[in-house]
Amino acid sequence: MTATTDITPPPRTRAPFPVHRYAALIALLVLIVFNAVTTPRFLTVATLNINLTQTATIVIVGIGMTFVIATRGIDLSVGSLMAISGSIAPILFLNPVLGPNLGTALAFVLPILVTGLLGAFNGLLVTRFAVQPIIATLVLFIAGRGIAQVISGGQLVNFTQAGFTALGSGRVFGISVQVLIMLVLLAVAVFVMKRTLFGRQVVAVGGNPEAARLAGVPVGRVKTSVYVLSGLLAGLAGLIVIAINSSSDSNLVGQNVELDAIAAVAVGGTALNGGRVTMLGTLIGALFIQLLRYTLLVKGVPDAAAMVIKAAVIIVAVALQYRRR
Amino acid sequence: MTALPAPPASSRRSPLHLFRGQGALVALIVLVVFAAFRYDGFFSLYNASSFFRYNSMFLLIGVGMTFVIVTGGIDLSVGSTAAMGSVLAALASPHGAWAGLLAGLLGGLAVGLINGLLITRLRIEPFIITLGTFLGARGVAQLASNQAAVSVDSTGRFAALGQGDLLGLPVPVVVLLLVLVLTVPLLRSTRFGRTALSIGDNEDAARLMGLQVDRVKLGVYALSGLLAGLAGVVLAAQFGAGQPTEGVGWELTAIAGVVVGGTLLSGGRGSLLGTLVGVTLLGLVFNVLNFENGKGVISIDVFWQNVIRGVFLLVVVLLQARSARRSP
Repeated sequence: MTATTDITPPPRTRAPFPVHRYAALIALLVLIVFNAVTTPRFLTVATLNINLTQTATIVIVGIGMTFVIATRGIDLSVGSLMAISGSIAPILFLNPVLGPNLGTALAFVLPILVTGLLGAFNGLLVTRFAVQPIIATLVLFIAGRGIAQVISGGQLVNFTQAGFTALGSGRVFGISVQVLIMLVLLAVAVFVMKRTLFGRQVVAVGGNPEAARLAGVPVGRVKTSVYVLSGLLAGLAGLIVIAINSSSDSNLVGQNVELDAIAAVAVGGTALNGGRVTMLGTLIGALFIQLLRYTLLVKGVPDAAAMVIKAAVIIVAVALQYRRR
Repeated sequence: MTALPAPPASSRRSPLHLFRGQGALVALIVLVVFAAFRYDGFFSLYNASSFFRYNSMFLLIGVGMTFVIVTGGIDLSVGSTAAMGSVLAALASPHGAWAGLLAGLLGGLAVGLINGLLITRLRIEPFIITLGTFLGARGVAQLASNQAAVSVDSTGRFAALGQGDLLGLPVPVVVLLLVLVLTVPLLRSTRFGRTALSIGDNEDAARLMGLQVDRVKLGVYALSGLLAGLAGVVLAAQFGAGQPTEGVGWELTAIAGVVVGGTLLSGGRGSLLGTLVGVTLLGLVFNVLNFENGKGVISIDVFWQNVIRGVFLLVVVLLQARSARRSP
């Protein structure tokens, strides 16, 4: 034990069966069983596909949000960033000068770079100027939607660009492209959190920023990076949403996504005050929220009542994990 | 610590030091002077009265939000609660103006109490709890209104709560002034207010000192809910209908106003007068943009207004971040 400079946190002591750590998973399984018994044709590939494709964008944004929340931050700007990338892409692939091929290629890259840069801007505010994350990202939450509307002129853009819409409607081995992207990103994120120095640093910054700084963790750089990641992923999610819709409406793309993503992260078991991070939890949280929405829909519960139920269930799911900690 | 007055300025500092930490007030004065010279009618009674009649809703919510934020908490549910309050008030308005007022207030208070109880009993972050009631209150508003605007009773005096004048002032402004007369001393010089500030400063220490932490926390969320309900009453009375879909984003406007006014989001320090300045400043930016469009020289379309609003928030926040770093 000469690990005086080792910043690795000691392994958590494990309870025999930590129910609270699996609260979201158990809740998800309960919903699945409930539907399997009461909803006709629930256990079909079609139903699975519907729910997975609906969840994909939330999970993709949620991965970035998990990184941000792991550092005790929050990113309210993701929905507006989605609208920005969604408003830039059509300008590129519909551009007669660039032509369809180059335009489509650029449409996959440039919008994501732009939102990544805007994420860096968020990070700069949080680190250099020590602005609280909720206010720092509120700036782009407000201004970002406006920027997207200015870019698109506030107009709905419809398009049929096979190369681009494959992102939303394409299938590989019967699985939607966006679901595959989600799974790949999730695998990478799990790997980064568990196996890389950066992942350890993220946990350290969220657990105790001062101690992390003293231990030599580049706190500023780590924090900036998580906002960049969140920006990049939000940009990608924006592209997927407009590809699914074959249209881009800067007024609507990404609306309330920040709330869904934060709820998914919290329900999944990542602590908002740092120290506990789980990427798979975010997937489970997002699936749970989506399946809850689906269940209420197929059971014919009116939208407004569904909202109240969703609110109560989110609080209960989070409460279950906190109580027995 | 935070209760101490600012340290005396050394003599070699520039006279500008008076404005340190008052970025919002400076910006407000600059904007008002600029607007007064540039636009005819900016200083008119009509503009001032309609400006404050409308913005009183955000100011009411800002007051409640300040109490919540000085404890280190946050209340995301206020916009939905105001919408719910407006619907309940409109539904009750046929039974008289008082019934409408009471319905809105009680509805808001109920949401606030639920927030406070869940936060103190379950010990979950306020962000998550109020995110839940943000959805829940919106749902109740839409259920109660059948997802459509509810007209207020036009024969009674309920509408006067939003549209009337009293002593030459718009009624919502009178209501706001009453609220301020009660809440400014409440935060500054009562046990409740001092405890709220201590909680934000260091909750564990406040607990160890034997302060009534949970009761005061419950109180600030109840107050925030109550004032959001009151804002809902004003909304319904002013526009003649309970509006289940209104109030979207009000929580963020209020939070921005509170922070621009110099209240720390981390808690422990805050001022209601600062909040007044902050919320007024953000509202005034819109007012000025409207006048600018009215001049017809340039036309700033509605999309740019969001961009400008965000940039403005950025500038004020950066100004404050600088002054906070210079005077630790």
